[in-house]
Amino acid sequence: MSSNNDMTLNLKIWRQPNGAAEGKLVDYRAEHVSPDMSFLEMIDVLNDQLVKKGEDPIAFDHDCREGICGMCSMMINGKAHGGYKNTTTCQVHMRLYKDGDTIIIEPFRAKAFPLVKDLVVDRKGIDKVMMAGGFITANTGNAQDGNAILIPKPVADEAMDAAACIGCGACVASCPNGSGMLFMGAKISQLALLPQGQPESPRRSLNMVHTHDVNGFGNCTNHAECEATCPKGISIEHIARMNREYLKAAFTYYEKSRSEGGA
Amino acid sequence: MMAAAVNHYFGSSIGRKQMVAVTGLLLCGFLVGHLAGNFLLLVGSDAFNLYAHKLFSLGPLLYVIEAGLLGIFLLHLGLAIKLNIENIKARGGAKRYVVKKNTGRGSTFMSDTMPWTGLILLVFVILHLKNLKFGTYYTTIVDGVEMRDIYKTTMENFQDLSTVVLYVIAMSAAALHTAHGFASSFQSMGWNHGKYFKNVKRIGYLYAVAVGGGFSTLAIYCFLKGV
Repeated sequence: MSSNNDMTLNLKIWRQPNGAAEGKLVDYRAEHVSPDMSFLEMIDVLNDQLVKKGEDPIAFDHDCREGICGMCSMMINGKAHGGYKNTTTCQVHMRLYKDGDTIIIEPFRAKAFPLVKDLVVDRKGIDKVMMAGGFITANTGNAQDGNAILIPKPVADEAMDAAACIGCGACVASCPNGSGMLFMGAKISQLALLPQGQPESPRRSLNMVHTHDVNGFGNCTNHAECEATCPKGISIEHIARMNREYLKAAFTYYEKSRSEGGA
Repeated sequence: MMAAAVNHYFGSSIGRKQMVAVTGLLLCGFLVGHLAGNFLLLVGSDAFNLYAHKLFSLGPLLYVIEAGLLGIFLLHLGLAIKLNIENIKARGGAKRYVVKKNTGRGSTFMSDTMPWTGLILLVFVILHLKNLKFGTYYTTIVDGVEMRDIYKTTMENFQDLSTVVLYVIAMSAAALHTAHGFASSFQSMGWNHGKYFKNVKRIGYLYAVAVGGGFSTLAIYCFLKGV
């Protein structure tokens, strides 16, 4: 399948057997790389060669390979997902690189993302934040009539923009503070915009922010590097909406205890 | 639960950064008042001294205001340091990445240097108080009233070129700090909306240039005018 367009690339890939071991960048030469390959396919080919040589293949996360699952990660040349606008690593194609290029590949890093192996990190922290309130608990029953709850189109659009988050963690990896505010803000904002999410918004904001803080994520200082690297183009306006929701909830939300006559 | 939620607020990532934002904006307001007062230097010694005397005449109220200002300053400083230390840990230490590049669409020089410009301002504020507020005490008589000649202290302070240069550096740090801090405070408080946030950013930059430039210009004016 090789053609004249094939490239040879010099890769420097982070290898680390496990979280406790020392890691380092290891040089690899990727030959016969077609410009039509995706970034992950390029590593697949390299891994194939490594396996044939009896070496340990490079561990990396991936699943759908169509930009919607949020599994692929990687810092490519110092930028999360390679730093291309609205693009996940799996949607980065080798045509973006030139023959002879050196590409440095590192795992996403943050205290909240402990390293598992090579380029694989444990992004459980993100799931924990989601489990703390990223849902509604109303029993939805059967599907309602489409127009039973009227939501203005611009509001629905904005909620959808926030809902586009795939939880990949690029925001955390590229944040100078290792903060998960864009991810969390997207969910809090999305649900706060919609009537179905509003009743539980105060409790959701309090619980999610608390869970975020205790799981090792950092504090946002408004660099907006998250917004710039987010493969789904989520705006920090959603962080602002979360900040509002949280402020409101912290000072007004009150759950009566059983002794006070609450449930 | 109510008490718990409010307590959480003051210990949480968002609660603390909102306190940094509010105290920061209050300090921004203070700087406007300070700069406006300083412009009386251009009017003359009597105008400047009378203004200062008015402030001194507030008596106990002045101490309350000063204590409040100090409290705001220390809260801003203390929380910012605490949040920064946590952030260094949260990012995974100093050797986070072998290569890390900003996208150019997010972080700016201003946002990256916030802790450093902040520390420059801390050192500056200490020296500034030492040299001026607690500087040489001259007296003068304006309209038959004896009062502190703070005009003379100020003029003397800026006769040394190195003082002026350091002052301008500190004010540049203030400009960089507020250029990010002003709009950032609005974002932290949740006041970011597509409809007006671009203008908040513009006002922030304008504010930074006006404050940094204003104070610096006055220092240079004092230097050039001589005693």
